Amino acid sequence: MKLPPFEYACPTTLNEAVALLASHNGEAKAIAGGQSLVPMLAFRLARPSLLVDLRKLPGLNEIKIGADGVRLGALVRWRDIQDDKRLESAHPLLKAAIAHVAHYQIRNRGTVGGSVAHADPAAEMPGVCVACDAVITAAGKGGTRAIKAADFFEGALTTALKPDEIVTEIHLPAWPAVRRSGFQEFARRRGDFAMSGVALFYDLDAGGKATNAHIGTIGVGDRPRRLAKAEAALNGQAVTEALAVKVGEAAAAEVDPQEDIHASAAYRRSLTGTLCERALLAAAR
Amino acid sequence: MGWRMTTKFEVNGKPVSVNVEPRMTLADCLRHELRLTGTHVGCEHGVCGACTVLVDGEAVRACLMLAVQAEGAKVVTVEGLSNDADLTPLQKSFRKHHALQCGFCTPGFITTAHALLTEEPDCDADRVREVLSGNICRCTGYIGIVEAVLDARAAYKK
Ligand SMILES: Cc1cc2nc3c(=O)[nH]c(=O)nc-3n(C[C@H](O)[C@H](O)[C@H](O)COP(=O)(O)OP(=O)(O)OC[C@H]3O[C@@H](n4cnc5c(N)ncnc54)[C@H](O)[C@@H]3O)c2cc1C
Ligand code: FES
Ligand code: FES
Repeated sequence: MKLPPFEYACPTTLNEAVALLASHNGEAKAIAGGQSLVPMLAFRLARPSLLVDLRKLPGLNEIKIGADGVRLGALVRWRDIQDDKRLESAHPLLKAAIAHVAHYQIRNRGTVGGSVAHADPAAEMPGVCVACDAVITAAGKGGTRAIKAADFFEGALTTALKPDEIVTEIHLPAWPAVRRSGFQEFARRRGDFAMSGVALFYDLDAGGKATNAHIGTIGVGDRPRRLAKAEAALNGQAVTEALAVKVGEAAAAEVDPQEDIHASAAYRRSLTGTLCERALLAAAR
Repeated sequence: MGWRMTTKFEVNGKPVSVNVEPRMTLADCLRHELRLTGTHVGCEHGVCGACTVLVDGEAVRACLMLAVQAEGAKVVTVEGLSNDADLTPLQKSFRKHHALQCGFCTPGFITTAHALLTEEPDCDADRVREVLSGNICRCTGYIGIVEAVLDARAAYKK
């Protein structure tokens, strides 16, 4: 369908952008890559009165890598992550997950800030954020605040952002050399949203056992989440095939999957267990 | 008529100026305002790839971009990838490998393949398949399209 009518502004400073978003009684919306918002407009699922284009905001398209981890500016595109060789060691889990996002043309425009703000339950970036305890920075009329990923995603397409708030940065904590990670997802066609996905990592201790296990899921339930029981089954153990099966079973038991036209709840549950097992074995390899 | 904006950009090497509603997509602007009907519109929500154009050298979905967002950009459409004299190597390769039947999807495949081969003239069959996975063809079954793109690589090597 053709898009509903709206006004358009392309501010050059963050303050101006926040003021514009605040000026339309909650009816204004930011647009970054437009790769989720324009389809929402085409389906008339969104009818903003004003679109505030973020593309001219300075400094938001940088990937900064330092001792405290990886900082992704909100306007960093999927393509920028794929092209950045430093991330192979600085954040292998991010790199592996982003390889599954959408298609070539969409990756040239879609942004990390847009993805977390859109909060599709099956999207990879929100899943990585939750699995890695990322911190999301947002700027609004009330100033700037840091929101933990676990508090940011409130439900399908629902976040803790206020209407006048703009995501400026996503901070993924540092990646130690002893860390092992795996990412697995399953979609019927390449580039489609996953029916389930697992992003996990653990740190190897001096005795070769897994500690600090983080296991996150996407596509099962209304938001990405970590699986505490599956993590407990992994902590303190050496990763073997038998353990991977056990952790996978714990993950399958712990998720609360939804049923929709793409898959039944039972299928999603079973799939999550299998993907968790595979991700763990891939991490150990 | 709603709110309109004047937007200037470049299409196939020529400067253009349009006065459009912000809700007009770049795809509709190219077709209806600029009469460049080579860019096809299939799904209008980002899944089919028929509307692919190059913006500052990168392949993008023209149905997911607003015309007003093209301000200052260099846009190349499928028309800009042909010349009157002869078929280009990519076009010849599509003909040779029967990479089109009805042709509806073809502008999207040509623009996407051109961007890929320009950036990565050494890409392998897996990479070609991965990149073309964002374009849907209802006729050919893809084998011919993948072969055509692989065969055209030589023409893009410097
Ligand atoms: C065919 C297709 C397949 C796709 N497949 C996948 C997939 O497999 N996995 C996946 O993760 N995604 C997928 N996507 C979505 C894509 O990754 C989007 O790029 C992404 O979800 C949104 O990023 P964007 O920059 O395009 O945001 P936009 O579409 O511009 O915005 C999305 C939402 O976020 C808000 N917003 C944007 N930026 C900010 C900001 N900085 N601060 C506050 N709010 C903001 C907007 O107001 C809007 O509500 C797919 C899209 C298409 C069309
Ligand atoms: S018309 Fe743009 S992707 Fe289908
Ligand atoms: S040739 Fe008919 S859709 Fe591709």
